[in-house]
Amino acid sequence: MMRANGPFALFKWEALLGDFPFFLEGLLYTFVISLSALLLALALGIVFGLLSSAAFPPARAAARVYVEFFQNTPLLIQVFFLYNGLPFLGLVLDVTTIGILGVGLYHGAYITEVVRAGIGSVGRGQREAALSQGLAYSQMMGYIVLPQAVRVMLPPLTMQAVNLIKNTSVVAIIAGSDIMFAANSWSSGNLYYGPAYVAAGVLYFCLCFPLAKLASYLERRAKQAFGQADPGQADAAATRAAAKGAVTGG
Amino acid sequence: MIRLQQLNKSFGKLHVLKNINLHVRPGEKVVVIGPSGSGKSTLIRCINYLEKPTNGRVTVDGVELTKPKAPVNRVRQSAAMVFQEFNLYPHKTVLDNLTLAPIKVQKVDRKEAERTGRLYLERVGLSEKAGAYPSQLSGGQKQRVAIARALNMHPKIILFDEPTSALDPEMIQEVLDVMIGLSRENITMVVVTHEMGFARQVADRVVFMDNGEIVEDGVPEHFFSHPKNERAKLFLSKILR
Repeated sequence: MMRANGPFALFKWEALLGDFPFFLEGLLYTFVISLSALLLALALGIVFGLLSSAAFPPARAAARVYVEFFQNTPLLIQVFFLYNGLPFLGLVLDVTTIGILGVGLYHGAYITEVVRAGIGSVGRGQREAALSQGLAYSQMMGYIVLPQAVRVMLPPLTMQAVNLIKNTSVVAIIAGSDIMFAANSWSSGNLYYGPAYVAAGVLYFCLCFPLAKLASYLERRAKQAFGQADPGQADAAATRAAAKGAVTGG
Repeated sequence: MIRLQQLNKSFGKLHVLKNINLHVRPGEKVVVIGPSGSGKSTLIRCINYLEKPTNGRVTVDGVELTKPKAPVNRVRQSAAMVFQEFNLYPHKTVLDNLTLAPIKVQKVDRKEAERTGRLYLERVGLSEKAGAYPSQLSGGQKQRVAIARALNMHPKIILFDEPTSALDPEMIQEVLDVMIGLSRENITMVVVTHEMGFARQVADRVVFMDNGEIVEDGVPEHFFSHPKNERAKLFLSKILR
């Protein structure tokens, strides 16, 4: 492999090292586009996630359409559409905006599902207790349901962030200057493909691995309910099961 | 204080409440008993509108809830509910469980809400648990906190939906003792329960339900010794033995 003229020859690595700042620019661009897309995806996910849990059927339907459309078509095609299709409608966006919009919309659909599942994980009894105390719907969501749902939502949300970072690599095909684009353009000039893609992989790994570790930490923490080792819901269920057999009478 | 008129509730084809008429006067303690599935819980849940009746009228504290755009949230503040499964807020401490709704809904000053909250905790014998989380409490303690949470809304009515049915047998009495203490006050209580001893001790009236209907409604002395209705007799013979 390391033969004088093989794909991973030593002089190619030396060339990579010399041009590494070019790759770091790609890293910075990927970082910025990921962060912006993540913020967009979170905003969309929270709005559509709340709509999915609403009592008003058209709100739920709107959220379904959004989720199904973006989950069931490839991201690549969505980005192509934004790049090649929108100009026909008289809307020309720059590559960075397209990247943020494309990746943000796509992951917003997944985050919608995470938010919906998180809200669904909070028991009906919690909502009833809040309503029975006279809380309005927004207060019930804000003070009671969402704070409990967030704990459940954080691990899958972190994994969505990891996927999102990896998926920003699609902007390379529309010439966004991210990590993937850096690897493509650098190696298309000198044909040193081997080191180029290894370097790109390593840079993505450096961004994603800490997040993946964070996700598993959050997952472990989510299993510990507030103040003790196992969730309160399971506790109540166990108490109930224990009482089931007992006959009450005066 | 509470008036149910010609109340019906169906879940799909299941007719759960059939033409219910019930009038509870201020300060009255009414115990609702009956076999499982007789509609007791649905009845009590209609009173604070967690369950929307199919038709009929529900009037609580002078407000007809069944009218369109009735101020449901306002009425719920004066008709607190205690649930079988406690439904404490697990992400809040005991004291925060007591003060959340008073502060956010009734706009009570935090200091004042905490002061009254601590008084009610003391009353249910749990002052030392103010800073604990619900998961650190036993079932009986959770239910006593739930009662204190209801009281801290300063309600006129407290609705109890099988408050001891999810408890281990040895914890039932501590909750009943709190409820017996409450019954000496002028607060209106509607209690769905299987605790016959409690019914006998505190009820001004016992309402017996079967198959979605109120089939007997009277003072406990009469109800327990001379029930008129056959189904009530059968139920009592099973449960009292």
